[in-house]
Order: sequence, then structure tokens, then C-alpha cells
Amino acid sequence: MAFAGINWFKYSSPASFYPVAGKMIPWVASVAVILAVIGLYFSFFVAPTDYQQGEAYRIMFIHVPAAWMSMFIYVVMAGYAAMGLIFNTRLSAMMASSLAPTGALFTFVALWTGALWGKPMWGAWWVWDARLTTELILLFLYIGFMSLEAAIDDPRRASRSSGLLAIVGVVNVPIIYFSVKWWNTLHQGASISFDKAPSMASTMLTAMLLMTFAFWMYTIAMVLYRVRCEILERERHSEWVMALVEERK
Amino acid sequence: MGDGSGGRAKMNWSDFFTMGGYGFYVWGSYGVTALLIIIEIIWVLQRRKALLNRLARMSRLSKG
Amino acid sequence: MKPRHKRLLFIVAGLAGIGIAATLILNAFNSNMVFFFSPSQVAANEAPEGRSFRLGGLVTEGSVEREDDGLTVHFTVTDNQKSIPVVFTGILPDLFREGQGVITQGRLGADGVFRADDVLAKHDETYMPPEVADALEKAKSGGNPSTTSSLITSEGGKQ
Repeated sequence: MAFAGINWFKYSSPASFYPVAGKMIPWVASVAVILAVIGLYFSFFVAPTDYQQGEAYRIMFIHVPAAWMSMFIYVVMAGYAAMGLIFNTRLSAMMASSLAPTGALFTFVALWTGALWGKPMWGAWWVWDARLTTELILLFLYIGFMSLEAAIDDPRRASRSSGLLAIVGVVNVPIIYFSVKWWNTLHQGASISFDKAPSMASTMLTAMLLMTFAFWMYTIAMVLYRVRCEILERERHSEWVMALVEERK
Repeated sequence: MGDGSGGRAKMNWSDFFTMGGYGFYVWGSYGVTALLIIIEIIWVLQRRKALLNRLARMSRLSKG
Repeated sequence: MKPRHKRLLFIVAGLAGIGIAATLILNAFNSNMVFFFSPSQVAANEAPEGRSFRLGGLVTEGSVEREDDGLTVHFTVTDNQKSIPVVFTGILPDLFREGQGVITQGRLGADGVFRADDVLAKHDETYMPPEVADALEKAKSGGNPSTTSSLITSEGGKQ
């Protein structure tokens, strides 16, 4: 939670956060690109062939990081939404709405790559399996969050309603995570978990972690870029935004 | 594809593209992911550009 | 006029989305949370009769027979207590092997043969290079490193 854990409180006013976010974006984006290049190299050239699944298992290197990010982003988004509702901080609601599109993207990627992995290995693109179904519900939650926010004109009411949806929907995340333990699912259990050693070769693990951090940095860059837009949009009548627009001409 | 972990040096490009017969699935996964990421980046850049243009128009209107 | 239309469209789309989601969830919980029946349950007549259901277990070693058409396959699914013969016509998933876990969907015939419309392979969460799998197997069984599938049955057949 490094992303949420940095002391944003100091920068919690949109006006002071705007330039900080602007300075961070190039750095974060560069780290994302570097990690992705190394991660892809590991995924295709360093990680060995799998004993059972041959080369098809290489889909894992985007499938698993995307699935992790889809859940992680949702939890962070719900956290910001809760902060916005409780403390009434303006920036929190903007962060929540900036996180949603990237979260939805990773959810879709997890489902898409899962289908492409499931077809050759399991023999089906889609199965109504507890893990798959709950991940699909996650996609609907993201879409619901974004549509609800877009449907209400008044920004404050919009963030309140969509924030509430985000908070209620967070119960789905542990269900996704533990579905493979709680039910008899076709989807296999976790290869990496807190209570046992990872059940994969170490270079495979390295590739997966590199891709995860690349996605993570990508998410931060996207969110910062988007939150800057949100700030400009919602504060467009304030003096500092007007001055900034003047300055750009 | 070679002999697994030790065989990387012997790998050729056609092996790389066919992915042991799973090329469609592997490249379909990576390709669509890359495409979506590119679309998101373009979308976000466009949004900022459109927004700044709108704000500039607004400030011109309020002055004139 | 225009923003109101837009808002209406969003609300309708949202409601439709929630409706579809609810239907899907109910459907899933209704039919699939109890994911499959084991051969023992089927032998004890616990599986639904005359209705399609899922049968899950391991493919019995040495039971796979292919017909001359190359598409029809006979095999038995076992949970190491009971076995159910299965017949399936179609393309099997790549991971379908003797000793491997499978989940088949279909109906039980009057002759006690399960006619599958669908065969899915279940794999575990272990990923490793083939050399490591061979070495592990050698260490485990003390020889006979020919197939990786016996690694799985040696675990499944403990009882």
C-alpha cells in the first residue's frame, strides 16, 4: 500500500497536489516501462517451459498480475471513497474516480487472458466457476461505479452515491480471493499465498513479480494523470486554475 | 522449445512466435493487453488536451 | 434536453447492467457452487437423474480407449473408491491425461455409462520446468521417471 501509504495528507488540497502529481508522472511512467521491459524479457526468455502446460502457461505473467491489480485497485478505490465520505476531503473522491477505469481495464484483462488460457488447458473459454463469476462481478462493480458517477450531474452527490457503491462492493474482493478455497472450483488454488512457499520455479516467480510492479507503476502514472484532469475540471472556477490556464496561453 | 531452462540460446524466432502451438492464445493475451493499455494512454492524453482547450475557451469568454 | 437524455441513458444502462449481473449471479449460485459430483456420489444415486450434471474425478490409469473415428473416447473417472465409465465424442483439452483431474458435464445413461457433452481438465497451481518435475518424481517414486502423470496419481492414490 505504498501508494496509499505516503503521507498524502500534506498534499490533500487539490491545489498543492496538482503540481506534485505532475512532477511524479514522468518518473513513475519511466519505472513502469523499465520494469515492463525486464518483466517481458523474463517472461519469454528466462522463465522455463512448464512441465504440464508447455508454453501456454506464459499467459500467467499477465493474467495473475492483472487479477491481483484488479482486486488491489478496488480496495484502494473503496478506501479513498470511504475517506471521502468520512472526512469529506475533496481529493479522495477524485482519486477514487481516477482509479476506476484502470481497475476496470485490469479486470477485463484478467478475464480475457483467463479465457485464452482456459480454452487450451481446461477446454473451455468460460465456466460458471466461483472464481470466474466473482471476478466478472468485480467488472460489473467497476462499470456500475463509473456509470453511477457519470449519471449524476452534481459532482458531490455523484461521488457520494458512487462511493457508497464502491464501499458496499468491497465485500466481493475477499470472496474472489478465497473462492478457490471455499468451493470446489475448476480454477486451481493460489500458487503464491501467505501460508506456504510459492509452488513455482523462482524465475517464473521473478517474471510475475516484475510484471506486477510494472502494472502497479503504470496504474499510479495513469491515476496521477487522470486525477490532474479531475482537479482542473472540478476546480475550474478557482483562481489558481484560471491563472494556470492563462499562463499556458 | 529447446530443452527448457537451459535451451534459451538455441531458441529461434519461429519457435518464439508459435509458442509450442499456443501462439494464438499467448499472443492473443499479450496483444489485447498491450492494445488496451495503448488505448487507455491515448484516451487519457486526449482528455487532458480537450479539457485544457475547453478551459482556455472559457477564460477567453469570461474576459471578452 | 440533452443532459437529461444522457442521464436517462446512463440510468437505463446501469439498471440493465445490474439486472444482467443479478441474473448471472443467481444462475451461477443456483447451478454451480456445488461444482461437481464424485463417482461415489453417482454410484450412490445422489446425482440428479435424467438431468445434466457434472462429474469430477481422476481419469483412471490405463482406462483411456479411442475409437477408430479418432474423436470418440472411452475412459473411467474415479475417486479411488468408485469408478464411472464415461464416453465422449469431441476434442479433449490438451491437459487431458491418465491420472489427471477432469470435470465432465453430461447425463448418466440407463446402462450406467456417463455420456459427456463436455470434458474439462483441472490442473493444479504448481508450475515448474520439466527437468525439475522429472527429478522430483525420481526422488519420490525411486525410479520410473517416464511420465509426469504418475506424480499426480501417487499423491491421489495414497488411501
